[in-house]
Amino acid sequence: MTTSHSLRLLALHFAPLILFAALIAFFGIQSERFLTIANLINILTQSSHVAIIAIGMTFVLLVGGIDLSVGANMYLAVALLGLYLKSFPAVLSFPITIAFGLAFGVLNGLIITQLRVAAFITTLATLFVGRGLAIYCTGTKGVFFNQEILAIGRAAWFGVPSGIWALAAVFIVAFVVLRQTSFGREVYAVGADAEGAAKAGINVRRVLFAVYCIAGVCAAIGGIVSASQVAAAYSTFGLQKEFPVIAAAVLGGTSLFGGRGGVVGTVLGSVLIQTVGSGLVMLNANPYAYPLIISVIIFVAVFIDSQRTALLARLERRKVRVEA
Amino acid sequence: MSLSNSQAPILEIRGLRKSFSGVEVLHGVDFSLGHAQALGLVGENGSGKSTTMNILGGVFPSDGGTMRLNGREYVPTSPRDARANGVAFIHQELNLFKNLSIAENLFLGDFPRLGGKWPLINRRAALKRTAELLALVDLELSPSTPVGRLSQGERQLVEVAKALRTEARIIIFDEPTTSLTTRETERLFEIIERLKTQNIAIIYISHILGDVRRLCDDIVVLRDGAVVEALPTEMLTPERLISSMVGRTIDQLFPPRTSRPRAGEPVLTVQGLSQPGVIKDIAFTLQPGEVLGVSGLMGAGRSEMARILFGLDPHAKGDIIVDGQRLDEVSPRACIARGMAFLTEDRRGEGLLMEASVTDNIALPSLINYARGFAYIVDGKSLAGDARRASRTVLINAHDIDRTPAKHLSGGNQQKVVIAKWLLRNPRVFILDEPTRGIDVGAKYEVYKIINQLAADGAGVLLISSELEELLGMCDRILVMRRGEIRSMHQTSAFDRELILKSAMWDGLKEIAG
Repeated sequence: MTTSHSLRLLALHFAPLILFAALIAFFGIQSERFLTIANLINILTQSSHVAIIAIGMTFVLLVGGIDLSVGANMYLAVALLGLYLKSFPAVLSFPITIAFGLAFGVLNGLIITQLRVAAFITTLATLFVGRGLAIYCTGTKGVFFNQEILAIGRAAWFGVPSGIWALAAVFIVAFVVLRQTSFGREVYAVGADAEGAAKAGINVRRVLFAVYCIAGVCAAIGGIVSASQVAAAYSTFGLQKEFPVIAAAVLGGTSLFGGRGGVVGTVLGSVLIQTVGSGLVMLNANPYAYPLIISVIIFVAVFIDSQRTALLARLERRKVRVEA
Repeated sequence: MSLSNSQAPILEIRGLRKSFSGVEVLHGVDFSLGHAQALGLVGENGSGKSTTMNILGGVFPSDGGTMRLNGREYVPTSPRDARANGVAFIHQELNLFKNLSIAENLFLGDFPRLGGKWPLINRRAALKRTAELLALVDLELSPSTPVGRLSQGERQLVEVAKALRTEARIIIFDEPTTSLTTRETERLFEIIERLKTQNIAIIYISHILGDVRRLCDDIVVLRDGAVVEALPTEMLTPERLISSMVGRTIDQLFPPRTSRPRAGEPVLTVQGLSQPGVIKDIAFTLQPGEVLGVSGLMGAGRSEMARILFGLDPHAKGDIIVDGQRLDEVSPRACIARGMAFLTEDRRGEGLLMEASVTDNIALPSLINYARGFAYIVDGKSLAGDARRASRTVLINAHDIDRTPAKHLSGGNQQKVVIAKWLLRNPRVFILDEPTRGIDVGAKYEVYKIINQLAADGAGVLLISSELEELLGMCDRILVMRRGEIRSMHQTSAFDRELILKSAMWDGLKEIAG
C-alpha cells in the first residue's frame, strides 16, 4: 500500500468526523447561539429517536440487508400505544409497544429467511402493510398519549433529557453486542461473505432473522422516544423515516454492501444530520431549502462510501508483479 | 499400498463412490494415510481429487464406500463436523473474513466465553490463545490485525493456525502455493515439515509435481475417478507420475484441426502493453486462423492480460492493433465493435445472465445489430431465428431455448451459450479464458470443435488455459506467462509432444513457479 493510498483511506475513514467538525465550526462561526451547551443538548435530544432506529438499521446493513419498513413500524407501534394502551402505566405499555415492534421485525425476518424474498421487496411491502394498518386503526386521526408518557418525554436526569438516556442505553447494548459477543462477530462475518460464513459453521439464516428483529425493536423504541417528545402522532408520523435513518448509518461509515461499519459512527451520523437541520434554523435559512441541503449531505456521504469501497477493492486486487 | 509408518493408518478410505446428476465421478477410491505422514494427491483436473477431498472434508456426502478415522467409522455431515473430528480442509480459495481480525477468524463460531456461560466473548483469552497459535506458525503479527491487511502467504498460515486451534489431526492443503511468492512457499513448507513432527498428517494436493515429490512420503495418483498409483515417493519417477496421470494419448482427446494459420496481416497485434503491478511489455501477434495458447500458473497475469486487451481494465502503455488498425480507445464497447469477443473465466459472475433465457443471453451482445429504424426497435423475429441457429451450431441441449433460463443448464451447456452469443457476431479475435474449466469431457470435446471451426473460419483465437495438455492439443503456438511477463513462446508442432508435456509439467512448471 502506498503512502498516498493509505492517507486517502485514512481521510475517507474519518470523513464523517471531518465533515462533522467542519459543520460545527461553520455553524459556530455563523451563529453564537449554536455552540452553547443548551443547543448541543437540544440537537442530541432531537436526534435521539433517529439515532436509536439507525442503530437497529446498522445491524441490518452490516449483514448486507436493508429495512425500509422502520418508519411504518414506529408509527404502527406508537399508534397502538396511543389507542389501546392509554390506561396502562408506562412500565407495562412500553414493553408491550416494544413487543409490537419486535413482532413486526419477526415478520420481516421470517419472510426474508424462510420465504427467501429479497429484503428490499419484503420491507417495501411491510412498509405499506404497517402504515396501512396504522391508518386503518387510527382512521387517519391524530393519536394522543397520556400524561405519564408526556412527563417521561419532558423528564431529565442530571440535566440530561430522557431521550438521550434512552439513546445511551440502546447504544451501549448495541455496542457490546456487536463488539463483545459471538453473535456480533457473526453479523460481520455474514455481511462480508455469507457463503463463507455458512462454511465456517455459522447459522446464517438465524443471524439474518435476528438483525431484522433488532431493527424492529429499535424502531419501536425510537417511536416511543419520538412520541413522548412530540405528544401526538399524526398520520405523517415516521413517514419516510427510513431515509434519514439509512443516511445516518451510511454517513457514519456503515457500508451498504455489508461487513463494515458500526454503531459509533451511526450515532455520529444521526447527530450530524440533526446538526445541519438545527444549524439551518439558527441561520434563518429558507425552510424549503432544508431537504435540498440534507440531500446534498446524504449524497456526499454515499459518494464517500462508494469511493472508499472502490479504493479498498483496488488495494485488495491481486498483485501479479511487484514493481520496483 | 505401502506405508512409511508401521502404525495403523490414521485414515483409511475404501471404495469411495460419488455421482453427480447420474454421472459417476468417483469409481471406488481407495487409499490410506499414516500418522505424521504427508500424502501427495495428484491427477489432472477432473480426476476426482477435489471430489474425494470434499467428501473427506464434509462438504458433501459420499454415495458409497467407507472412511475410517483412527479405526472408527467416519461420516462427516458438514465441514464443521469434519473439523470437530480433527479434519481441517484448507481450500484454494481461503475461507477467511477480511473485515475481521486474525483472532476473530480463528475463533469464529466458537469464541471463549467470559465466565464460561455468559454470551460475552472473553477477548483476552482469545487474543492470548491466538498469539500462541501464531507463534506455532512463525507469524509475528498482532492477533487483532485485520486479515484484510495480510499478504496471501500470511493468510495461508492463518488458515494453518485455524486448523491447529481445532486440534486437527489431518490437514488437507488444496493447491496452497498458487498465489504465494517463492519465499512464502518455502515458509509454508517449513511449517508443513514441522506439523509432521507434531504427529499431524498432511494431504497435499498440487499440480506442481516437484513440490509434491519434495514434501510427501507417499503419492496417490488419481485418474478418471480411480486410484491408478499409490506408492512411496522414491518409487515414483517423474516420468512414471506423468504417464500415470495422463494415461492416454492426447490425440484422442482433441478433434483434428483441418485448417492452418493463414499468412498475411495478423488479426491482432499487441505491442509493449504494460500496466504497473499487473503486466509488463506484452507483445505478440495473432494470425487469422491461428489458435494461440496462453500458459502459466494461476496468478501469472493471464486473465489480467485478457481483461486489459478487452478494455475491462486500464493499461498505462502499449498498443492493441486489430486488423491493422490501432484501437484508439480500448473499451469493451470499442473492442466488440472491432470484432473482438471475450469469454471470461467466471461465466456465472461475468458471462451469463442466469435468470434470462438461452435466446436472450445469446442475443444480448448483438441487440444493436438487429435494431431497426430511428427508434432502434429490435427485430425480435430475425434475432430469435439467428440465435436459434447459433445455438444449433454449438449444440445446446435444452428443450426450449426461448424459455429455459441459463441457470437450469449444465456447466458445459452454459459455456456453450456464452460462446454462442459471441458467435452470432462472427468475431475476428476470440479470447477464451479457461473455456473448459469445470465441464465434463464430452462438453470439452464440443468446445474444442467450436474452437477449431472458429479458426477454420479465419478468426484468431487466444486460448488461456491451466491445462497444458489442452494447449498442446489445440494450439499452433503457446506463450508462457510468469509474473505478468511473457517468458517464452513455443511452436507446438516443433516439439515432440511427450517431451514438451514432460518438460512443461515437470521442470517447466517448477521453473514457472520460480
